[in-house]
Amino acid sequence: MKVRAMTAIAALLAAPLAAVAGPDGDELVVNGEINMVTQTEAPAHLDGALPELYSGWRFRSDETQALQMDDFDNPAMVFVDQAQEAWDTADGTEGKSCASCHGDAAESMAGVRAVYPKWNEAAGEVRTLEAQVNDCRENRMGAKAWKYDGGDMAAMTALISVQSRGMPVNVAIDGPVQATWEMGKEIYYTRYGQLELSCANCHEDNYGNMIRADHLSQGQINGFPTYRLKNAKLNTAHARFKGCVRDTRAETFSPGSPEFVALELYVASRGNGLSVEGPSVRN
Amino acid sequence: MKTTILTLAAALIGGAAWAGETAPGDVVYADGAVEASLTGTPGDAANGAMVVGSKKHGNCVACHQVSALADVPFQGEIGPALDGAGSRWSEAELRGLVANAKLTFEGSMMPSFYRVDGYVRPGNAYTGKAPDGPLTPLLSAQEIEDVVAFLATLKDE
Ligand code: HEC
Ligand code: HEC
Repeated sequence: MKVRAMTAIAALLAAPLAAVAGPDGDELVVNGEINMVTQTEAPAHLDGALPELYSGWRFRSDETQALQMDDFDNPAMVFVDQAQEAWDTADGTEGKSCASCHGDAAESMAGVRAVYPKWNEAAGEVRTLEAQVNDCRENRMGAKAWKYDGGDMAAMTALISVQSRGMPVNVAIDGPVQATWEMGKEIYYTRYGQLELSCANCHEDNYGNMIRADHLSQGQINGFPTYRLKNAKLNTAHARFKGCVRDTRAETFSPGSPEFVALELYVASRGNGLSVEGPSVRN
Repeated sequence: MKTTILTLAAALIGGAAWAGETAPGDVVYADGAVEASLTGTPGDAANGAMVVGSKKHGNCVACHQVSALADVPFQGEIGPALDGAGSRWSEAELRGLVANAKLTFEGSMMPSFYRVDGYVRPGNAYTGKAPDGPLTPLLSAQEIEDVVAFLATLKDE
């Protein structure tokens, strides 16, 4: 066993050095005024699992990166405009809109994205932003819940996220959310599916490396919701989780499931200190 | 009646095909290596090269670079380059490595290509759904033999 491990190490050292390795050195300033932290010290709770945090933006091509640097070029901004309309429009049996309770989103929603998922004392549960939006729709507006990872929801979280751009992600991991955080951590390190791959296999052990045509990032969610050129729409974090789990030839969890809520809290905490970038642009 | 006969015939053919092969659960590993051929039919290196490079088959190049397959684009860099693998490893070791690399490298990220159990939430291929029957191995017994034959040709200069 020992001898074989050594052989493997020798082989690794002998392998030609990768053409693309690690994140690039670019700086992200949006609209020439919002300075994004795309690289920062890892939070203490990671216990050295990552030497440094990097936003997924740092792993994308210059062309893709450029789309996120100006709101006129960012294809996600159309959806922010749509959500602003939904924000101001009454829906449901109570005749209320989001604005009826929250006024101007630019004021009331500033800082919100940065601390979600978070504990809701009254409900006694960890809430994602999506769960909170649907709680308002169902219980305050008397409106139908939106599909958890559907277009209306993704757009609304984009509108909410945009009010926190540039603020550091800062989700709490202790107190009442601790058990959920631990559950998310366990999921993160479980090797699912017939390919037996965990989130950590790709996004902790191999970020910076190519897996076939894909340049692996740290799988951070500070940029969500994210507009993907690949499917030309806004994508929620849970939809992305689902895709990554499916790619391990596993039976996935559902968007909004307790497992993905826990995973979101844990993955968000791995990005504590990076700027809120949503809505971002990825390939 | 006709249907029954046909089904029976199909079952017989299926059974016959399996009879010459070692099932995933019956493979004998010694220190990670597998001495006996899984099929008794010599591997076809050319088909093995196809399996290693094709996304629909082994997709080994998702993680490994192989200079001999220079025409296959986007070779990954998760594992070591496979150049010279045929010099570093015996045929039995290569067979074991491809069938179940975890018995050679503990905790390896490399998937086990000839195994059907012991998974957490295995799915029905890439559908994201639960499987609707027993799992099939990622590669067939003959594909494993073909890949081993191809790897054996990757000698040091
Ligand atoms: C087989 C490899 C693999 C596994 C396992 C995997 N991912 Fe991914 N993931 C990718 C690839 C490839 C991409 C696209 C490139 C990138 O951003 O890393 C990606 C992208 C992401 C992104 C988008 C990052 C961004 O900046 O937009 C997130 C979030 C993510 N993954 C989370 C996860 C989580 C959580 C898990 C575990 C449940 C997981 N991934 C498991 C391969 C994987
Ligand atoms: C998801 C990644 C992944 C895939 C897919 C993969 N491998 Fe590997 N492979 C590895 C890693 C990582 C190692 C290094 C051993 C270790 O540290 O676990 C390895 C090691 C090897 C070795 C020994 C390396 C040497 O040169 O000494 C061989 C041979 C090998 N793989 C062949 C294959 C073949 C053939 C396939 C496809 C049928 C394949 N691999 C698919 C990740 C992978």
